[in-house]
Amino acid sequence: MKKKKQLSDTSFLLMVTVGLFILMYAAGMIVFADKGFAKPQMFLNLFISNAGLIVISCGLTLVMITGGIDISVGSVTGLVAMASAYQMEVNGSGAYTALALSLLIGLAFGVVQGYLIAYLDIQPFIITLAGLFFGRGMTAVISKEMISVKNETFLAWAKYKIYLPVGTTNKRGVFQPAYIYPTVIVALLVLIAVAVMLKYTRFGRRLYALGGSQQSALMMGLNVRRTKFYAYTLNGFLVGLGGFLFFLNSCAGFVEQAKGLEMDAISASVIGGTLLSGGVGNPVGTLFGVLIKGAISSLITTQGTLSSWWVRIALSSLLCFFIVLQSVIASRKKKSM
Amino acid sequence: MSSRGVKRKMASQKASLFKRITKHHLFFPLVCLAVVLLANVIKTPDFFVVSINGGVLYGYVVDVVNRASELVILAIGMTLVSAASGGQDISVGAVMAVAAAVCCEILSGGAVSTGAFQNPLILAVLAALLVSALCGAFNGVLVARLKIQPMVATLILFTAGRGIAQLVTKGQITYVRVESYKIAGGYIPGCPIPTPIFFAAGTVALVMLVMKFTTLKLYVEGVGINSSAARIVGLNSVRIQFVTYVICGLLAGVAGLIASSRIYSADANNIGLYLEMDAILAVALGGNLLSGGKFSLMGSVIGAYTIQALTTTLYAMNISSDQLPVYKAVVVVIIVVLQSPKFNQYFRSFREKLHPGNSVSRKEEPSS
Amino acid sequence: MEETIILSMRGITKLFQGVKALQNVDFTLRKGEIHALMGENGAGKSTLIKVLTGVYPMDGGEIRLGGKEQAVTIRSPQEAQRRGISTVYQEINLCPNLSVAENLFIDREPRRFGMIDWKKMNQRSGALLKSLDIGVEPTRQLGDCSIAVQQMIAIARAVDMQCRVLILDEPTSSLDDDEVEKLFQLMRRLKEQGVGIIFVTHFLEQVYAVCDRITVLRNGELVGEYPTAELPRLKLVAKMMGKDFDDLAEIESLKEVKKEHEGETPFLEAEGLSSRYIKPFSLQIHKGEVMGFTGLLGSGRSELVRTVYGADKPVAGTLKLNGRPVRIDAPLNAMMKGMAYLPEDRKRDGIFADLSVRENIIIALQAKRGPFRPMKRKEMQESADRYIDLLQIKTAGREIPVRSLSGGNQQKVVIARWLLTDPEFLILDEPTRGIDIGTKTEIQKLILQLAEKGMSIAFISSEIEEMLRTCSHMVVMRDRQIVGELTGGDLTQDKIMHVIAGGEAENG
Repeated sequence: MKKKKQLSDTSFLLMVTVGLFILMYAAGMIVFADKGFAKPQMFLNLFISNAGLIVISCGLTLVMITGGIDISVGSVTGLVAMASAYQMEVNGSGAYTALALSLLIGLAFGVVQGYLIAYLDIQPFIITLAGLFFGRGMTAVISKEMISVKNETFLAWAKYKIYLPVGTTNKRGVFQPAYIYPTVIVALLVLIAVAVMLKYTRFGRRLYALGGSQQSALMMGLNVRRTKFYAYTLNGFLVGLGGFLFFLNSCAGFVEQAKGLEMDAISASVIGGTLLSGGVGNPVGTLFGVLIKGAISSLITTQGTLSSWWVRIALSSLLCFFIVLQSVIASRKKKSM
Repeated sequence: MSSRGVKRKMASQKASLFKRITKHHLFFPLVCLAVVLLANVIKTPDFFVVSINGGVLYGYVVDVVNRASELVILAIGMTLVSAASGGQDISVGAVMAVAAAVCCEILSGGAVSTGAFQNPLILAVLAALLVSALCGAFNGVLVARLKIQPMVATLILFTAGRGIAQLVTKGQITYVRVESYKIAGGYIPGCPIPTPIFFAAGTVALVMLVMKFTTLKLYVEGVGINSSAARIVGLNSVRIQFVTYVICGLLAGVAGLIASSRIYSADANNIGLYLEMDAILAVALGGNLLSGGKFSLMGSVIGAYTIQALTTTLYAMNISSDQLPVYKAVVVVIIVVLQSPKFNQYFRSFREKLHPGNSVSRKEEPSS
Repeated sequence: MEETIILSMRGITKLFQGVKALQNVDFTLRKGEIHALMGENGAGKSTLIKVLTGVYPMDGGEIRLGGKEQAVTIRSPQEAQRRGISTVYQEINLCPNLSVAENLFIDREPRRFGMIDWKKMNQRSGALLKSLDIGVEPTRQLGDCSIAVQQMIAIARAVDMQCRVLILDEPTSSLDDDEVEKLFQLMRRLKEQGVGIIFVTHFLEQVYAVCDRITVLRNGELVGEYPTAELPRLKLVAKMMGKDFDDLAEIESLKEVKKEHEGETPFLEAEGLSSRYIKPFSLQIHKGEVMGFTGLLGSGRSELVRTVYGADKPVAGTLKLNGRPVRIDAPLNAMMKGMAYLPEDRKRDGIFADLSVRENIIIALQAKRGPFRPMKRKEMQESADRYIDLLQIKTAGREIPVRSLSGGNQQKVVIARWLLTDPEFLILDEPTRGIDIGTKTEIQKLILQLAEKGMSIAFISSEIEEMLRTCSHMVVMRDRQIVGELTGGDLTQDKIMHVIAGGEAENG
């Protein structure tokens, strides 16, 4: 029997994403070679600056696979950072307590939002929009001023460099190895865990089923409500964890932190091939979505003269492009049926 | 009729009057407004005191009505969008910023600050409104033609909008220090009433006129209630939904210009900040279902004033502006939960358990 | 051959707010039997299935499985599945974004060390598909497969879950002839394996092609159970359509002369017109003519008129109005040309539940006038009142939301809506469904009056008497195409049933 390899739409979208990233990064390497863009550290910095975003985007991908969405992730991240900073600096707790607190906050959001969405059938957008505002407000309630973290354990975690065998040799002939932070390792581990869960566990497959057709999933005997609820709860946990990683980068809590992060996470997922309508999504694609966002950011920063708002605009345009692309593919499929 | 019969008749008449009042579509919004005003009066006993000082009206009430103006205008657009497409437009705050940016940049001729109009005011205003209508059209195409979920589609401008506004003003806050520019957000010389109030009233009046001289209300409600039946009777839902988004964008532009005039500048980061939430809240408080269908503009208008009054109450309780969103979020959730069919199901079956056999099912109608 | 009874339903009764959806219905299914369940609208077929599959609790009766003495209570679809009763619905209840293998095994995927074993799942799927002669790769995405294949995969899933009773709810509606044949092969294979199949369908030919027994329901009651070989088509059709009580006297007198329209330019002429949902058809309707469309449910009558009206986009063919060719691809076009369409599904396509009676009545006329010519309040009130009076619509007032009216009155509101547009051509799709006898008669009278005044009417109804009383011309449809046209002296119930039933003596 011949095996015809069909280019499914999801592979197509993923190819576009990966191709786009390679294109962008290669262009950067060529155009900005003199500004150090070609150094390995530049590439690793993409992971360092976006470790938190990688974890959060994974969570968001989970939720989007079920056909839902969560726009509160940015404000929950800000809240997590502020609450942790406050806990450590004002209440004097240790870094481990702060971590536990972060996870708890994330879980709390996940549980409450998940319940309202899964069991009361309320539209995810409205609930998580309320969550977004709740989080922003609560951050300001905790403290209106910025709190910088001085906790030693925490700072040790934040600054601990892991050196890699690759690197560059500078003009004086000294080899400078590239490095990453533990946050990157955590992010990659989470990514792998989520990918494995989605592919190899019944729960993961249930997420896809429910996103593909909620009605069918119900008729096939799946417990749709419970699955949805778990999806949001797990997402909440990941937001708490990702938020803490994000916090390790900023080492401070302040109002307006991580504003717009939800946009980055959603864009990363969509650009990475997650369908807004649900049923399709892949953390690996999401990773590339994050890398694209990072690349855009790096390119614009390296360029130097363009305002940082261009990053947002470029990302929104890409998002728009991919949304329209998805919609066109979907309507073409409908017509051919 | 026996005296008992007369009493029963009067009682049932009273009951039906009560029912008529409570079932009226403006009952819920008016009750909410009353509650908030009451809270205000309790916290600030001279809430309703109005005085004239230097030819201009002062007082908490005046302040509330004044500051609510942009919100009223936004709420109108949001009501139409919500009714026709069952979703909300969260880009309105950003569109306000874009409109303000375009207007101020044209007036300042590209400079960071100006003391005189570098270009005609009318040109700047028209350009700003055109751009905001285009933003609405952009959203309209995504939602009505490409059938993308409204909140997702408008998420794009929600993020990109302020960036675009920043680009227009070249990253600075552009000031227009011209007295005549401040009128829209301030006072017409010799008039004690703040101008934004006129704009709000004028917009409401204009839209009501449009509704009177066109079939806007019927079409929007038809499409929102049953789009397949709407199609059968000859209505074009794509076109109708598109129009509501354009109107919403245009109105956001108007609100943006007023906001800009208040601070005689274009602050891309802060103009209209979080107002989209307030607008959605106003629509919900107005008794309108966020899932679309029948709508009441007056309800949303009342809702807008209620929210502004709520903000004032919260300020009086020493809650700062960046903490406000917490309370608004809670209110939104409560309203949305109360509106949800699932919750109503639970509630009804709960009532059944308390009073078995007392339920009045809808099918018991006087007709056959 | 020894017949074992695997399902026995006795005295099933189901009430919905006092209305008897099922009354004392019996149903028996034997091992390895393909059993057709038939009936027109309101017969109770879907209610019976839903009771069997645990979607509805029943109000009376007993269900026994596997020949056991003990009756069972089925409380949920999951429980039904566990007891070996599986259903494959018309809308394929599978997930198009997952692979074939996944759809077969979702929620019961084979695992190794707690992880899903994809290799094993694909292997088992391959074996299962092969055993049922379904030629599709297990790794193929379900959405890429044709509807026919998707249906067979749904059946395969049921089979793998050890079902003993397989319910197929209108499986062939979207299949072409080859695909139907393939489905039948699969069904015969299952039959050999001893699975009992309940085949719910409207397609007469298919019933005779593959079923062993037929159960007919009508108005919630059991008409009878018959071996297919002993029930000729004509008798089956007669049993399904039955006889209705009706008020003949008044109507008979009104209908005297059947107008002959020879030589006239037809008001409407369709040639080879077709859409996604209906095969090409041709027909002519004259001015002042009432043309009836009859046939069993699912024969394509609604699809035909929807195509003429533009509610379904026409794909091929031509349409002429008063001799001039026109292009109608949206309802507004049709309306502007003087057409009106009362849809079959009142709730989905008819009423605007939250709008008032007045608004529901004027909305079509308003749409014709366009957005910039709103009707004045007074005009709207007068129009609404006029029709409330004319059609005797029972409502507490014209501003009452239409959802609080009874079904029959809601129907009258929609009829009023279209009459208000003063159409030249009125399409009525089951206008009297769900309406009491008195109102039915009124509507029939109205149809005749309108035709008298020169309106052309297309009238679809499942009740032949109704149409005989009002139509001068009848089109008979079966299985999505026109199979006959009757006029003049041929307009008798007998002749019509013959045409509907089709093929003479053959039974299977």
